Amino acid sequence: MSTAYARDPGGTHPPLASPGYRSTLLRAPSQPPVWLEHSLTEVTGPVLGEGRVLPGDHDLTTQHAGEPLGERIIVHGRVLDSDGRAVPDTLVELWQANAAGRYAHVRDQHPAPLDPHFTGVGRCLTDSAGGYRFVTVKPGAYPWRNHENAWRATHLHFSLFGRAFVQRLVTQMYFPGDPLFGQDPIFLAVPEAARHRMICAFDLSATVPDWALAYRFDIVLRGRDQTPTET
Amino acid sequence: MLGLTPSQTVGPFFSHALTWPDGPVVDEGPDSFWLRGTVFDGEGALVSDALIETWQPDGAGRFNHPGFRGYGRCGTDDHGRWAVRTVLPGVVPAPDGRPQAPHIAVSVFARGLLDRVVTRVYFADSTVEDPVLSALPADRRETLLARRSADGYEFDIRLRGERETVFFAV
Repeated sequence: MSTAYARDPGGTHPPLASPGYRSTLLRAPSQPPVWLEHSLTEVTGPVLGEGRVLPGDHDLTTQHAGEPLGERIIVHGRVLDSDGRAVPDTLVELWQANAAGRYAHVRDQHPAPLDPHFTGVGRCLTDSAGGYRFVTVKPGAYPWRNHENAWRATHLHFSLFGRAFVQRLVTQMYFPGDPLFGQDPIFLAVPEAARHRMICAFDLSATVPDWALAYRFDIVLRGRDQTPTET
Repeated sequence: MLGLTPSQTVGPFFSHALTWPDGPVVDEGPDSFWLRGTVFDGEGALVSDALIETWQPDGAGRFNHPGFRGYGRCGTDDHGRWAVRTVLPGVVPAPDGRPQAPHIAVSVFARGLLDRVVTRVYFADSTVEDPVLSALPADRRETLLARRSADGYEFDIRLRGERETVFFAV
């Protein structure tokens, strides 16, 4: 068997040039990417964890003196590869707007209130079964000037490393039934058949009665190439 | 086969989450240098909201060798500038066993990039023949060569247009 990773099948990722998302026009490369065989550089990757995650980093509601405003939610799931194998001990990074739709970021100028009790940044390592769990508040939608009266569908940002350079993934998690899906070109840039993979599922079994609702979001990274090699 | 999770843009508001005080420091030993660069868009404008990540072996060509993180991350500043402190990577073999010239794998994330773009930093003063570089037309090969600078090497990234950096499908 090859040590290479499987290539992303067509129909998975959004095309870099997606004119509906205006910022792609000057930033998406114009040349097609050059095919690169996987060498050790591509099939290895950083082992991050030691010192990167502190106790409590998974709970975005307890990082300040008081509790953030908003609807408290649990977001959990598993990180798997496309062969269904768990990806344990891998760093998961999360960031998001607050319940009013404002990021605690110096460049966010949306005139919605900042929440002194919410930074909107979380980290955790997956457990031995690839599981992760965050406690946070549901973010608000926000306008973004891409087109007339443009609003981003409500989302959380996720960053994942897996085990190999080629598994690196930055994505966004959306909520079921969002009425903004139909006019959000970042969401719509993903081929239609794959969009549902970015939408979490309401998970009654993971809710905490009298305390928080819960959503499940499994994240699938690339698996190994299954093609036998002749050598 | 499970369906892969699609990529989405990192957006403009990630720096408080994805940059670390020690992110740019891959190695600061006696042989280390600064690898610096500027990111440009298709009109030559500075890209001040990109995230650059680097991945490499140590000087002996070993990945994940104890004590060597191999990984760097740095956001671009208001002038589109990024920098990582690192050492020259050792030689690692190509899939067919031939040597590859020393190189550093690079991911670029930014608003307007719905998926990361991937490139490689090679070193203009290296004498090792490289199968990836040799397969490129000469004018495009140039875009992957870091040049000597006062305190290390300089490697600019042009996302689009004139002298567009070579990006790889991995």
